[in-house]
Amino acid sequence: MFKGGFIQNLPKVYGLYTGGFAVFIILMAILESLGVSAKAIGQMFLAFTVLIYAFIGWLSRTVQVDAYYVAGREVPTVFNGMATAADWMSGASFVAMAGGIFFGGYTYMAFLVGWTGGYVLVSSLLAPYLRKFGCYTVPDFIGTRYGGNFVRFCAVLVLVLASFTYVTAQINATGTIASRFLGIPFEQGVWIGLVSILMCSMLGGMRAVTWTQVAQYIVLIVAYLIPVFWISNQNGFGIFPHLMLGDEVARLGELEAQFGLVKNSAADMQAAGVPKGLGYISNPHSAVPEGVMATWKYLSLAICMMMGTASLPHILMRYFTTPSVKSARKSVAWSLFFIFLLYSSAPMLATLSKISLIDPNLATGIIGKSISDVQSIEWVRNWIAVKQAFIADFNGDGILQINEWFMRGDVVVLATPEVAGLPYVISGLVAAGGMAAAMSTADGLILAIANALSHDVYYKIIDPKADVRKRLIAARVLLVVIGAAGAYVASQRLTSILGAVAWAFDFAMSGLFFPLVLGVWWKRATREGAIAGILLGLGSGWAYLIYVAPAFMNQTPWLGIDHLRFGIVGASVSLVAMIVVSLATDEPDDATQKMVDDCRIPSGRTVISKQS
Amino acid sequence: MSNKDAHWEKTKQHMFITLAIWFFFSIVVFMFGSNINSASFLGYPLAYYMTAQGSLLSFVLLIFWSAGRQESIDEEFGYGEREDD
Repeated sequence: MFKGGFIQNLPKVYGLYTGGFAVFIILMAILESLGVSAKAIGQMFLAFTVLIYAFIGWLSRTVQVDAYYVAGREVPTVFNGMATAADWMSGASFVAMAGGIFFGGYTYMAFLVGWTGGYVLVSSLLAPYLRKFGCYTVPDFIGTRYGGNFVRFCAVLVLVLASFTYVTAQINATGTIASRFLGIPFEQGVWIGLVSILMCSMLGGMRAVTWTQVAQYIVLIVAYLIPVFWISNQNGFGIFPHLMLGDEVARLGELEAQFGLVKNSAADMQAAGVPKGLGYISNPHSAVPEGVMATWKYLSLAICMMMGTASLPHILMRYFTTPSVKSARKSVAWSLFFIFLLYSSAPMLATLSKISLIDPNLATGIIGKSISDVQSIEWVRNWIAVKQAFIADFNGDGILQINEWFMRGDVVVLATPEVAGLPYVISGLVAAGGMAAAMSTADGLILAIANALSHDVYYKIIDPKADVRKRLIAARVLLVVIGAAGAYVASQRLTSILGAVAWAFDFAMSGLFFPLVLGVWWKRATREGAIAGILLGLGSGWAYLIYVAPAFMNQTPWLGIDHLRFGIVGASVSLVAMIVVSLATDEPDDATQKMVDDCRIPSGRTVISKQS
Repeated sequence: MSNKDAHWEKTKQHMFITLAIWFFFSIVVFMFGSNINSASFLGYPLAYYMTAQGSLLSFVLLIFWSAGRQESIDEEFGYGEREDD
């Protein structure tokens, strides 16, 4: 059945895998109808999928440097696209994005544009050139292009800062899902999540992460799309929701006008005892806020997310694994296509979920109904019991108003199947999808950090004579240490001090965007310029973050650039510093200029020769 | 101008065209978000449609087109890669 090598058989292997997963879902549905408990089904979903990933991780074990760092540079275009999509879409994208749109409406969707538009920058400015360069890690490119260990170290610094900010949130998400569906305390869930993550990457590095990410993508996209289509069809909103929810969006506008969108005062919410982290509907769903400031806030957020996307090392390093430069380029297109499948569905899920909840004409609607009736609905009771939803009767009329219903954003994805009356097997599937999304991103991030530390710091700076065996042992030890550090931070619930996921994008764009882009596109960029660009960009961004962040000095943002957008400041400083310092120092030598020329030509051998 | 420089000139030009289209769909459209939202597409308000689906889809198509055109530029100057995947 399997003639030829593994790579030739990939479509067959993953086709079988997808079929097997479908059979598993059907089996679970049968078990549910036979009366197996919801809890057992949730556990089987998690256990089965995680064990499969671990098995793939074990099959992909390797002792070769090329396979460990860049998956042997033989990952076909479309499969690398799937792996990148899984690498990219985090637990937050999966669980929280629809909820963000649910509460934030149009304004929040700047994230959608930012997190997809960034790929245009990746494909036209960076990915093909970095692939031609032949580096193992992103700091490897910076270190070789600009020359010298110090600039390499600066790049490692930005990488670690941005990726670690991001990874704790992912481990946190695996812990939340594991604890909710396995019925164990969160602190233990985090460590179970970590073990699952490490099983995918420990033995095979990039190669193992690649093949598990493809498997995880399949699970997460199935788990996201099935509920969206099912709800839309079952409740008569349209066969193909993406093209057919125009009436529902218009209806939401009418309902908003009818109920009126009010902002609750902080004092009222505190007096009523609304738990932290819950939101309520106060932004219009599809209406665009008026005014220059509102437009600037939308655009500045989109810009930060786009430039951040193009500077995040765990994404860029995925394009080092393709067989050629042109396949790196095409692979970016496929990545974005696979991401688009989920991202374009999130607004639809938010719309379906919102209309189900707030339209009083629908059986599922709760707004405008009597509070005692609403409180007796089973799913409402369950989510209120775990402090994920809350009702506060501010005006004391006993009727639920739109500003009196509070819920956590995650609930939109996790509870909508239940609200819409879908069988429990779908909720189990959603849990497996969320786990896949969080694990795949965590794996990519931990590997990016460990590879930079083992390749750039240990091998290139500390011990250039280390043999292959020693380097790969160092890489694996670092993987475990970094994962454990992330899990420890998550288990101590210290994630709030690391702030929002958006910070990772701002850090990356402050320190890496211009040094990377100008490294390819501007031959005159010098080592000193790059060092200034990285350090001043990162430093000024960081200083500004501390100045505006609510958790720190909480000063009034300048021009509306708040803590989610501090990369605007960092990247501007980085650009100016890099140009001024580069022009003030001597032109790079001929060897460096030739290196840049070489990386601009797609054909031929990589700029750095094989490093083993 | 050498072959190498001519190739790079054309590549640069192509990059600027790609980024101009990107700029239109990521920035310009949303600069006029409140003006275009009264228009409708597929029954959705236009600005809402663009941020939920339209711009995203345009980025996907843009990268496929851009990658294809860059390949033919590379081949034109004899820098094409062999079919290996």
